[in-house]
Amino acid sequence: MVTNVGVKEMLLEHEFLRGLDPEWMEKLAEFTYTDSYYPNDYLFRAGEDADRCLLIRDGNVALELYDPRRGSVTLDTLSGNKVLGWSWLIPPCKWCFDARALALTRVLAINGPRLLQLMEEDHILGYAMLKRFAFLFADRLHAARLQLMDMYAPLR
Amino acid sequence: MYAPQLEPMAPRLYRIQRVRRETEDTFTLEIAQAGGAVPTRFAPGQFNMLYAFGVGEVAISISGNPGTPETLVHTTRAVGVVTNAMSHLKPGQVLGVRGPYGTSWPIREAEGNDVVIVTGGIGLAPLRPLIYHVLEHRERYGKVVLLYGTRTPEDILYRREIEQWRGRFDLEVLITVDRATGHWRGQVGVVTKLISRAPFDPYNTTAFVCGPEIMMNYAVEGLQKRGVPSDHVFVSMERNMKCAIGLCGHCQFGPTFICKDGPVFQYDKVERLLAVREI
Repeated sequence: MVTNVGVKEMLLEHEFLRGLDPEWMEKLAEFTYTDSYYPNDYLFRAGEDADRCLLIRDGNVALELYDPRRGSVTLDTLSGNKVLGWSWLIPPCKWCFDARALALTRVLAINGPRLLQLMEEDHILGYAMLKRFAFLFADRLHAARLQLMDMYAPLR
Repeated sequence: MYAPQLEPMAPRLYRIQRVRRETEDTFTLEIAQAGGAVPTRFAPGQFNMLYAFGVGEVAISISGNPGTPETLVHTTRAVGVVTNAMSHLKPGQVLGVRGPYGTSWPIREAEGNDVVIVTGGIGLAPLRPLIYHVLEHRERYGKVVLLYGTRTPEDILYRREIEQWRGRFDLEVLITVDRATGHWRGQVGVVTKLISRAPFDPYNTTAFVCGPEIMMNYAVEGLQKRGVPSDHVFVSMERNMKCAIGLCGHCQFGPTFICKDGPVFQYDKVERLLAVREI
């Protein structure tokens, strides 16, 4: 059993939240729990309710999209200190991809609706969190565009 | 750095010893000077002009071990008339070789530092001599990290050698592919993503970057974000090289010629030029 104090320390250590007010981490710790997944376990599947903000502590997770012709296609992989998904933040709050553990993966799972409520109530915290997510969106969008470039393809 | 022969436009004859298929469109030629002449030494990062008789000449980086110059190794992709012709050559056939030309990776200056190699696609080929050198003189360097990105798992070059490198305790190898295929269970995503999690001390690091220009730009950005100073980052540039001795102007890049002032440049010396589309 991981105590609230232990969870708070883990939240403070996570790269995504580093630098945020420790008092906020105390509040987040109240509705955050730890979870772990073995290789090939699904953390979530496309279409399911996105009700958790998942912060990967360590491990490796594949984001997959199922194509009836090709089966599951891995679009991206995420490892320790990364954020896994933001569908909990954007209505209708359904996961858009499957997330499958490739190795033993430990996460911090923050209750999505409770976090949203806290962000609404405390606008300073809400702004600080959204700013971090904005950087994350930009980073992932940028990487996805580079992948789309197919930059290693030969110029013929 | 080693200078080419006295007659810079006259190719020497090299016989093909071995042809190795690396990927669907990439192959490696191992060649040795015909007649057993004294081997031509080269420095990591330099290139040769390879001449397929009756077809034409192309600039190809040397990708073999600088410690064994008696065999020259060149990895290339069959994309044009000349490289396509080369891809059909067999052991025993002869190629013309001029070189070595160009600047080299500053391996001596990097001693005492961590070494970070960021590469994508066939960009690993010009960096392989540097990897050989660093591994042969491992005690002179701090942490050594190879970050390699390819299009798909099938496009990974030097697969067997990479497996050996991954098995070493003194070399960190991280690989990612842009598109996962088959049973690939490794990383997926752009190579620049690996920079943030690679283990090195950014303030005591020399970084060597080679790949498509757009990849190099973002790789340097990632290295700078980690704190690696621009003057500790070196890139290898590619342009259409013809004479290889700075006369014809085909590879002119602003005030420099890639063939004689490059192909290896300190990043802060070419940063401004990389932003100019017209060159």
